Formats: sequence, C-alpha cells, structure tokens
Amino acid sequence: MNILQYLINGISIGSVYAIIALGYTMVYGIAKMLNFAHGDVIMVGAYICYCVTVYLGLPVLAGVLLSMVVCTVLGITIEGLAYKPLRGTPSLAVLITAIGVSYFLQNAAQLIWSSNPKSFTSIVSNMKPLHLFGSLTITGEVIVTVAVSVVIMIGLTWFTSSTRIGKSMRAVSEDRDAAQLMGINVNRTISITFAIGSALAAVAGVLMCSSIPVLMPTTGSMPGIRAFTAAVFGGIGSIPGAMLGGILLGIIETFAKAYLSTQFSDAIVFGVLIIILLVKPAGLLGKQVQEKV
Amino acid sequence: MSNQYPKNTVQVPTFNTYRESDAGKPLVLDVRNLGIDFGGLTAVDSFSVSLGPTEICGLIGPNGAGKTTIFNLLTGVYQPTRGSVLINGIDTKGMSTHKVTKLGIARTFQNIRLFTDMSVLDNVKVGMHNQIKCSFASSLFRLPGYFAAEKRANARAMELLDFMGLADLADQKAGSLPYGVQRRLEIVRALATNPSIILLDEPAAGMNPSETTELMHQIRRIRDTFHIAIFLIEHDMNLVMNVCETIAVLNYGRLIAKGTPEEIRQNPTVIEAYLGKEDGQ
Repeated sequence: MNILQYLINGISIGSVYAIIALGYTMVYGIAKMLNFAHGDVIMVGAYICYCVTVYLGLPVLAGVLLSMVVCTVLGITIEGLAYKPLRGTPSLAVLITAIGVSYFLQNAAQLIWSSNPKSFTSIVSNMKPLHLFGSLTITGEVIVTVAVSVVIMIGLTWFTSSTRIGKSMRAVSEDRDAAQLMGINVNRTISITFAIGSALAAVAGVLMCSSIPVLMPTTGSMPGIRAFTAAVFGGIGSIPGAMLGGILLGIIETFAKAYLSTQFSDAIVFGVLIIILLVKPAGLLGKQVQEKV
Repeated sequence: MSNQYPKNTVQVPTFNTYRESDAGKPLVLDVRNLGIDFGGLTAVDSFSVSLGPTEICGLIGPNGAGKTTIFNLLTGVYQPTRGSVLINGIDTKGMSTHKVTKLGIARTFQNIRLFTDMSVLDNVKVGMHNQIKCSFASSLFRLPGYFAAEKRANARAMELLDFMGLADLADQKAGSLPYGVQRRLEIVRALATNPSIILLDEPAAGMNPSETTELMHQIRRIRDTFHIAIFLIEHDMNLVMNVCETIAVLNYGRLIAKGTPEEIRQNPTVIEAYLGKEDGQ
C-alpha cells in the first residue's frame, strides 16, 4: 500500500512541476529563450494569494484569480521591459538578463514581505482527506492539484491546436520569420505566451504552497529549477513533453525520498535526468533536430 | 499620414514593357533608389523597379548579386539604408514585417520554409491569419461567429489548395510532402494572405524540366485568376524568358538592365555580367 501512496503523492507534486514546466516550455518554444525568472513568478503568485486571503480576508477563489491577474501583468511587464529590447541579441545576453530578473524578484519580495517565512493556509483546508483501503490517504490538496492540472493540460492542448492565437503561436515557434510574413505579429504572440505562462505560474504557486505551506522569497527558485529540468526531460518546446516530464519527475523524486535518501533526492533526480539525456538528447518527446548541411 | 504618397500609375507609352491592360492603373510595387549597407558592405544600391497590377517581372543576376536581399527589403525583413519601397502607394518605411504583409505583399522562400509540423490545411490557414476575424471570446466559447468564420476559412483554404491541385493532401503533415509539392504549398500559403503582389524566390529550384513547364503554366494561371502582380527570382532562363513580361538584371547589388526578355537577351552588359568580358576587347 505504501508504494501506491508514494505514487499518488508523486503525481500530485509532479502535476505542479508540470504546470510550471509548461510555462518554461512554451516560452522556450516561442521566444527561444530560457526564462529563469519563471520560478520567481510562482513565488509572487503565492504571496499575492496569501495577501488577498489573509490581509484582505477575501475568499480563496478571489485570491487565486487576483494572483493570476497580477502574475499575467508581471509576466507581460518583465517580457516588455527586460527581454523585448534584447530580441535579436545573442541568447546568452537574454539568459543572463533572466537570471537578473529572478534575483530582482526575490529581493523585491524580501523588501515587501520580509524574509520571514509565512505559513500559507491551504486553499482546500476545509476538505476532508479521503481514506481508501484503510491505509491510503488522498488529501484534498492532491485531488485539487491533479484535477486542476488535468484541466490546464487539456485546455492548453485545445488552445494551441484550435484557436487562431494558438495556431499563430505554433507558427511562430516553428519559423518566426515565415510567420511574420504571414502577417502574424510576433511581438504580440510572445507577450501572449508570457501572459499564459505567468498565469499558470500563479496557479502552480498557490497549489504548491497549499501542499507545502512555507512561503518565503526563495520558495519559487528550487521548484523552478526542477520544473525546468522536467521541461528538458520531456523535450523542451513540447507541451505534452512538459506534462509527462513534470509528472515523471515528481514520481521519481517522491520514490527517491521514500526508498533511497531524503537528503540526496535531488542528486538522484538529476542523475536520472543525465542518464535519460545521454540516451535521448532531445528529451522524451522532443523532436530530434537534424542540422541541415 | 506622412507615408501616403500620390499613387504613381502605369504609363504605357513611356514604358512599353507594361501590359496594355494595366494602363492608367496604380502601381502595385514602386521601388525607388533602394539601397542597403551591411557594415561597410553595400549589398544593394540605387535599385528601382515598378510593377503594374498584373505584371510578371523577373529578377535575375549571378549568384550573390543581392536578389534575395531585395526580397527581404521589400517585405520589411531588412530596413533599407536608402530609398523607399511603396506597396499599393504606401511607403513601408519603418514598418515591421507583419504590417508590410498587410499592405498586400507575400513571398515564398528559396529554401522552403513551411510549418513542417502542421497539416497542409493549417499551413494555408496560418496564411489567412489576418483575414480570419474572430474574437478570442467567440472561439473560446464556440459562439456561432466562430463556426461561421472557421467554415469560411476552411472553404477558402480548400479552394486555394484545389487551385494548385493539393486538395487531396489537406490532412497530411506539410513536412512529409515531396519537395515539388512543398514548393507548390508555399505558393498557396502565400496566396492565402490575399496579396496584390507575390514574390517567388527561385520557384523552380530543384524541379525537373516537366515540373518546371507545369510551374510556368501555374504562374500565368495565378496571375490570370487572382489578378495579382508576380515578381520572381529565378536561375532557370527558360522559365524567366517564357513567363516574364519584364526582366530586371542585378549585378553586385546594382541594376544593370531592365526590359523585355528580348531586350535583355541582346543586352551586352547582361551578357558580360553572366559570361565575362571577351579577351582582347
């Protein structure tokens, strides 16, 4: 029974990674850049939800919605101020800027909310855990996390395949110049991508802090890196890849913690990643790109 | 707006290369003294050309003469250092590529650049991006407007595919098609943007003689069906001489000759550019 319990917990944390990884992978696919500040947007999202529910006393749903709105605006602002002026410059410049933005957000959060950890109240605190087969416990957080991530994944898949904006996103990710010549506004498409990614980050932040209720300015950085790993693991640029990578990473992490070592769980997770990338360099669902000669 | 120029019109008596039927109509493309420098290198200099609304014009020249650079200047991929490009009478100065496209110019690429992971139909529909007017809300909630717009777009896309004989392949992945078919699809995708001028960058590259002959018919058919101007870069002289009504010859970024195929064939400067100077002369 234990194994099943670990599996459920793994899927739950993995779903959060998957939602974060979607933000990384979409931005990479369309803007061809690694937005290392994405993890810190999660933290901002969680703080906003915390403030709205604790300081303003508004209901949880308002907290989640407001944090999505704030993060969307934040994502568009970051892209417009920090990354857009660097379009066309070497990718290293953008990468370093993203790291800079990440530290900026962490320090800004420290100024606003101080570095003392806040204890985040779970958004599903009034839901009773389910007990199955005696020893198996499924908490409300797990149910909500998995349900929300399934909805997001289905919604996003539909969005990219069936809407006009989604199609223009796919076109930009395949060939930016050709897309432009079809009359697609590339800058606007990139802004929309950041908006969606950041709104998802807000959801991920709230879900994550509901399961692990410690909220600090650095809360987002480690899950951010794990989710980035998940995106690479699944094949960066691929939306189903990010989902699969996130969930697998969560499961591997939980099993490593349970059966091998709590302290070395990260080392084990990254070790598995290295092995998989040695065998499949483009990730699990990534497209093997052949350089044209 | 400052970029509204008086529209130049086609004047048959002075340029006998224009089609009679275009007389008095506004120029669809009017390029004046265009030039671009890359660092210290002048890639294109004082290039001028103008196309009437249903003209087929060829742009030829030795490798590295700057032909594709000119296409990039016309579509706003590069910003010119000097001169101006007027599409349907509107100066494209400072416009981004997607805005230039909206003025009515479309192109294909020398090395095919389709959206290889998308279906043939979706490639065409991406080309129709600017014409599908459907709000996000109505596509999200599947309002009647969404279905109507989607149906219209599908019908139009299928019509265009059928025109080039690709209707049967609508559901295939664009990347899986044979080379010649991909070239035709690129033309369909360009036509889908509803252009008034289409730029073809080496449309016959990699085609066998019978495919090239078919392409020649198709180029004429595109002009006659859609009533648009065609500006094409091509190395296949048979195609250029047969299809084009006017030809511009480029060498080292400069226009060295302009005229009818007959004039170009006999122009000594052109012969020299292609074959070099004869010794002792």
